[in-house]
Amino acid sequence: MVPHPYRVRRRRRETHDTFTLELQPASREGTAQEKPIMRGESAEWDIPATASQPLSTIPAFLPGQFNMLYVFGVGEVPISISGDPADPTTVVHTIRAVGTVTTALRQLRPGDMVGVRGPFGSHWPLSDAEGNDVVLIAGGIGLAPLRPAVYRILAERVKYGRVVLLYGTRTPADILYRRELARWRGHFDFDVLITVDHALGNWRGNVGVVTTLIARAPFDPLNTVAMICGPEVMMRFAARELVRRGVPAERIFISMERNMKCAIGFCGHCQFGPTFVCKDGPVFPYRSVKDLLTIREL
Amino acid sequence: MMGASGIQVGDVVVIERAHLERLFDALRQRGYQIVGPTVRDEAIIYDLLTSAEDLPIGWTDEQDGGYYRLKRRNDEAVFGYAVGPHSWKKFVHPPALRLWRAERENGRFRVIEETEMGPPFAFIGVRSCELHALAIQDKIFLEGAFVDPVYKARRSGAFIVAVNCGQAGGTCFCASMNTGPRVTFGFDLALTELLDAERHEFIVEVGTERGAELLGDVPCRAANDAERAAVDELVAKTAAHMGRTMETGDIKELLYRHYEHPRWDDVARRCLTCGNCTMVCPTCFCTTVEEVTDLSGQRAERWRKWDSCFTLDFTYLAGGRVRASAKARYRQWMTHKLATWIDQFGTSGCVGCGRCITWCPVAIDITEEVRAIRESERTESAPSPGKEQ
Amino acid sequence: METLKPLLAEHPFFEGLEPRHLDLIVGCATNVRFDAGTFIFREGEEANAFYIIRHGQVALEIFVPQRGPITIETIGQGEVLGWSWLFPPYHWHFDARAVTLTRAIALDGKCLRTKCEEDHDLGYQLVKRFAHIIMQRLQATRLQLLDVYGVHS
Repeated sequence: MVPHPYRVRRRRRETHDTFTLELQPASREGTAQEKPIMRGESAEWDIPATASQPLSTIPAFLPGQFNMLYVFGVGEVPISISGDPADPTTVVHTIRAVGTVTTALRQLRPGDMVGVRGPFGSHWPLSDAEGNDVVLIAGGIGLAPLRPAVYRILAERVKYGRVVLLYGTRTPADILYRRELARWRGHFDFDVLITVDHALGNWRGNVGVVTTLIARAPFDPLNTVAMICGPEVMMRFAARELVRRGVPAERIFISMERNMKCAIGFCGHCQFGPTFVCKDGPVFPYRSVKDLLTIREL
Repeated sequence: MMGASGIQVGDVVVIERAHLERLFDALRQRGYQIVGPTVRDEAIIYDLLTSAEDLPIGWTDEQDGGYYRLKRRNDEAVFGYAVGPHSWKKFVHPPALRLWRAERENGRFRVIEETEMGPPFAFIGVRSCELHALAIQDKIFLEGAFVDPVYKARRSGAFIVAVNCGQAGGTCFCASMNTGPRVTFGFDLALTELLDAERHEFIVEVGTERGAELLGDVPCRAANDAERAAVDELVAKTAAHMGRTMETGDIKELLYRHYEHPRWDDVARRCLTCGNCTMVCPTCFCTTVEEVTDLSGQRAERWRKWDSCFTLDFTYLAGGRVRASAKARYRQWMTHKLATWIDQFGTSGCVGCGRCITWCPVAIDITEEVRAIRESERTESAPSPGKEQ
Repeated sequence: METLKPLLAEHPFFEGLEPRHLDLIVGCATNVRFDAGTFIFREGEEANAFYIIRHGQVALEIFVPQRGPITIETIGQGEVLGWSWLFPPYHWHFDARAVTLTRAIALDGKCLRTKCEEDHDLGYQLVKRFAHIIMQRLQATRLQLLDVYGVHS
């Protein structure tokens, strides 16, 4: 229940309300060697681990899991992990500033401390998906929890069939990870389709909700595992469209969001019908929550 | 297994009323903080006791939907009442608890863990429904993937003196929930109070070795067959006089079938969403965590506090609240208690203690709400009368 | 014309159509191409065709004074553009602009309307297919209206 001390190593602005923090473990007491070094425009913080002071770190995570981030004097909030699962030392979170704690997280600068507890919850079924086509569907900030899955898939690309990422945002200005999306798109065996809900005439990409991309995406419905993350309504529509295209409901996975105070099944806040989103989720097989999703105010 | 006293687990002994204080002495000598029922603010609550004389001697209670009154008994019974607004969860799962604190220095902060642990508790007068409630909270805090160290320390150290209920309260329905009135597990000692013209004594069943060991310091004798039979009789009488009943067959499926039901609108018109039911419920475990800072901004504390699923902010997410209506919040509470709890923890979350009925300011009755939903199904499936002429 | 027949026969929009109906439709089809930036049709013009996009991307736009052109949705490869030709008064409601070089098969709406009047079976088949597209677009538009990524409170 006690967080590990981490420091902001790098902070990157993604969109007008979204930013990415790279965190590295801080020593409990702090050492003289800890000082920021300038790299390009941003200061970075390098923390040498000394033999006498082993750093307290969270265990390695699986794509789809989340951490609890603590800001001194403000509070704690669940945030999905959006970094590379192959890099266990850096904890990466892409955060949208919408509440008190996330707004405070936005104020943090390299060298500032945060508390980290985690990783918590269920993960995307990447091992089970091996040998299948993979359809990743992201809406808005929902791309952040799917990014570790993309990293894993790209690192082990031969294990999967066709892979396609369908990504929808509100406007072109809300698109996250632009440079990486371009890089992923450059892979001949990785399709990226992007659409926005609203655009002015100078946008040359797709306009329309993300579900409209499903019909255009190349995959074999009977041998596909789909992973969806985004606003609940968007996930409902996307899952339904996948089922219509022939993807079995048990091979569709969605990531739920609920209020959480503890992340370990004690506080009761994240209950979603008989499930606890913190420990049974956040990633659920669509089949197991399909009926719950249609109950109002559950 | 023989204790020093020669008393064994499973033995049944008799302690005279006059020697009850000796039981307290023995507990105190062993370092326990004694907690039990006592009269305060016109109710029987649980608090620290200094003597057996602090118990609500000669008091009883009258309970009904939204109604609780203390009344003088015409005898000097020590346990002659049902459960009050408190439950043991306030000791094992404190209403407010500092989880940890942090101090800021030189632009960094240091986390300081809590190591608080007082002397162990001895709980006096724990009813069967309450033992079930503790066992239910054990599943949440001790038997899952994560263990709550605070609950574990407080719970595992506690010495439990249980009591078989000699009378049922007006809102009791433990007989329906199979959680009482007879104490069957989870106690060190289980008392049954026998009081009539000839005697005032406690028939004591020994549940653990430490219970047997304790009795070495308390004057007692072996119970005879008549006394054992008197316990059975008394408990059977209590079971036959439950103030409420609830039909529990198929209850999980019943509620899952009726996430949408006009009765939820009906109860929402009455419910004040005050959260009393969740506060008095001995199994409700939800908490929130609050950040408390000092004026200098150099110190911060994380406080865990009981929370209620009836509050609006309970389900707050960026962009709104998941359960905004009173209907959704009442449905969550009752469906959790009686249905989803079974999927989550393999047991009902309701022990039939009746507190939520008694302490509801508008007398909403969980047994009535279940009955209304159940009966609506029967009406639906029953042939409509008067159609065939 | 005959060269377009296999293209149309393979297209999901015409899947399951009887050969005699397909023959009637092929009679109304022509191959067309629009350079990037050119308008395929404009709001208010007579709607006398629909298009099966073979390649490229088309934006359905509306010009809002003071704000400029706003894209309502985009229609890409394999999709069908235009249904106003089917319903009186046969005028386009939006502008359609080729975002990239777009190749399409244009189907003459006047010609098809006449054939549908003569052969109601053909008319039913076409209206059924367009109704399905309209339903899908309507559902997508409803979801778009929800503005699911916005912050609401």
